[in-house]
Amino acid sequence: MSEHHDNVHEHHHEHHGDELPHADFKSYMIGFILSVILTAIPFWVVMGGVFETSSTTALVILGFAAVQIVVHMIYFLHMNFQSEGGWNMLALIFTAVMVFITLAGSLWVMYHLNVNMMPGLMEAVHGP
Amino acid sequence: MVDTTQTQQAQGQQLQFHETEEHHPQTGTMLGFWLYLMSDCLIFASLFATYGVLGRSYAGGPTGAELFDLPLVAMNTALLLLSSITYGFAMLEMQKNRVRGTIGWLLITGLFGVGFLSLELYEFAHLIHVGAGPQTSAFLTSFFALVGTHGLHVFFGIVWLVTLCFQLRKYGLIPENKRRVACLSMFWHFLDVVWIGVFTFVYLMGVLV
Repeated sequence: MSEHHDNVHEHHHEHHGDELPHADFKSYMIGFILSVILTAIPFWVVMGGVFETSSTTALVILGFAAVQIVVHMIYFLHMNFQSEGGWNMLALIFTAVMVFITLAGSLWVMYHLNVNMMPGLMEAVHGP
Repeated sequence: MVDTTQTQQAQGQQLQFHETEEHHPQTGTMLGFWLYLMSDCLIFASLFATYGVLGRSYAGGPTGAELFDLPLVAMNTALLLLSSITYGFAMLEMQKNRVRGTIGWLLITGLFGVGFLSLELYEFAHLIHVGAGPQTSAFLTSFFALVGTHGLHVFFGIVWLVTLCFQLRKYGLIPENKRRVACLSMFWHFLDVVWIGVFTFVYLMGVLV
């Protein structure tokens, strides 16, 4: 009975061994230090008022956010093209495309809707 | 005779095929959990899109520049980032098969999570107190929906984490628990990734005029 039990556990151990992502101290520390830097700079840029125009500031902090998301994906979530036979990455790329369409599409459509619904513009288009 | 050899060869090939299968077993739990996270990502994408559209519709109410307290947000960000690295340490302890270390780091992670939630609830209470509740303007509705959903995820992450600590104490680092710790790790780091979007898109861009 106990032998059987051990066997089951042994089997299970092997079964899950390959599946769990391997992590090491160095990659966590690299990810953490990069994240701290990539977080501190946008806060400094905004709170210190480094750039004159807010559109420049917005672009810079969005850039830092994008880089930091990639850093988290690589060092904390251990993303690569090999895990789960590439299905992880495929799902991620698909989701990224969907997120982009949702965000960019919503902003684009609603911006134009707002602009075209401006009362002043309506008069200008249709004339008096 | 020839037939037998062929059969044996076929069996041999079959056996080898099975062996390679055994060597790379995939129960699919990690992939399934990843797919869940990706669908969660789409929920957040729609909430971000809503905020992106409505984030400047103040309806005569207070603006983000007037409301947001960036030092508090920086503090929250630091707490979440620290909880990410401490969860990483829990994963490393788990790889070394140390139950006590794993539970210890998990609890520290949970404390950072509780700290994050407390600060966020304090911020929400403060906003509602100064008359900037979710019903004030479209901007605040979308703000509370997005940040609140993230906070709710963190809350359930903490519930999961505490449950897991009891499981670990009772059953040790059995394969099932290892799998659960690994799944929660993905969940926790995913929440940190979403928070990067929140502090950049909502708070930092919200205070820009």
